[in-house]
Amino acid sequence: MSDVDSSRPPVTASPLTDVNTLIGPYPFRHVPHPDPEILVRVLDREGVDQAWVGHLPSAFYRDPSLGNAELAKALTPFADRLRFVPTIRPDWPGWERVLNDARDRGAVAIRAYPPQWGLGPHDSRMKELAIAAGEQGLPLVLTVRFEDLRQRHLMDAAGDLSAAAIRALARAGDQVRLVVTAAGREMIEEVHWGLTPVEQARVFWDISWIWGPPEDHLAKLFRTIGASRFVFGTQWPMRLTQTARANLELLPDDVRGAQLAGVTDICSR
Amino acid sequence: MSGALIDAHAHFYHRDAGRADWNEVNAARLRAGETIGVTYHVASILGSYGFSSPTYFPSPDDVTRGNDAMLEICAAEPERVRMFVTVNPNHTDHALAEIDRCVARGAIGIKLLASRRADDPLLDPIGEIAAERGLPVLHHIWQRRTREWPSQEISDGSDLARLAARHPKASFILAHIGGGGDYMDTFPAVVDTPNIFPDLSGSGVDRGMLDAAVAALGAHRLLWGSDLTMCTGLAKLRALEVIGLGADDLAGIRWRNAARIFPAGSFPRCR
Repeated sequence: MSDVDSSRPPVTASPLTDVNTLIGPYPFRHVPHPDPEILVRVLDREGVDQAWVGHLPSAFYRDPSLGNAELAKALTPFADRLRFVPTIRPDWPGWERVLNDARDRGAVAIRAYPPQWGLGPHDSRMKELAIAAGEQGLPLVLTVRFEDLRQRHLMDAAGDLSAAAIRALARAGDQVRLVVTAAGREMIEEVHWGLTPVEQARVFWDISWIWGPPEDHLAKLFRTIGASRFVFGTQWPMRLTQTARANLELLPDDVRGAQLAGVTDICSR
Repeated sequence: MSGALIDAHAHFYHRDAGRADWNEVNAARLRAGETIGVTYHVASILGSYGFSSPTYFPSPDDVTRGNDAMLEICAAEPERVRMFVTVNPNHTDHALAEIDRCVARGAIGIKLLASRRADDPLLDPIGEIAAERGLPVLHHIWQRRTREWPSQEISDGSDLARLAARHPKASFILAHIGGGGDYMDTFPAVVDTPNIFPDLSGSGVDRGMLDAAVAALGAHRLLWGSDLTMCTGLAKLRALEVIGLGADDLAGIRWRNAARIFPAGSFPRCR
């Protein structure tokens, strides 16, 4: 009798990239040490090669531009491990310039938070952002939720990103690439089976919030949708980074060897 | 880290639970338990899980059927499964009779859902029998109750603390600090009630939650558990190994604290 062998290779793409990490404080509860140097230590401890890193407070800023500048500066000493993922708000004047600037500064993707900005599921500006980012080769990272509905602060009234919003963006254009983080099984299925095969191929899901055994939601999704639609993500520093890997290690035998998508899969056309 | 491991908050299903895959889910729990290294699953069945009466307000008939199914699982898996007897305190005579019946057949604890608020006097007969027989009471908890929620009469740490204070010789397991609500409210609510032992289960894996629990209550009052998500249970095990706990504290959370509050001899394979 023993614990899972933590040295066992993960069922993930190589190099292993955590596409869902953030730095900076969260407005509604204390998050310990949300700092880039701590993130690098966590990546080392967990055997993760790189991380896509966003700026957590920028999700709640009216204008995230200054947050992007802070993020870029904070990541500079760790540029080989921590990759810049700025936040771009498409209802803010001049967002196109911010997008071009992000590309020039080496962004590997961009983040947007339509519920936090009051942008509905069919907001044309979100579609314009997804298309423009796709044309630049930048995936759009979306966040379904930061916290469980049951524990949210009274002032955290934005609500979850809806499946309808994700479907609308996936249908926006052929260049669009979405990385949807913090979704559960029901939302993933609702979106996936509400899209054509071509549209499905534009969407990748991180595994940070998907349940493992005994319900085995992750295994069921691998069997029905395919592991190639999923990417490694943890939502550090909000959640324990060990959860995603634990979920992979507890997969049943028939899907244990499944291969997650990697960064090159997300960015390929 | 290897060593004994007791899951103090587990559930199984049965054929009257309204889902065709009940047996697969049970098998998945045992499969994942083997992978994680669970020595004992201390489990309950919650009536019919809503199929013929509500999950959190199970009818007496559903309570009995669920307990019968749980007894069968224990009989089939004597090496690795132990039982909480589930009761609905709104039906006092039935609840006490079920405790008698199931403890006589091996149940080692009592499971209370959200059928009645924890500090309600109706729970006192159950607290008394728990103290008399040395049976821990696992009570479903919503961390920080700010309003009523549908489908359950929720209790929080403060509610359970009032019940536990009335029954200081009984042990109460405060369910799933990761199971929803604000766990940061729970720790100060129960810190002065030493017969409350929070379990770490639940889908919630907030960074800082485990550190805060240890800092507020001490490792000697915490129990490892999984509830409905064994992946988060494994993640918490891994996290416990890197937050600076000593070997004794780790062993306490993994199994020794549970072994201390359950009846002597409940876990012969733990040492």
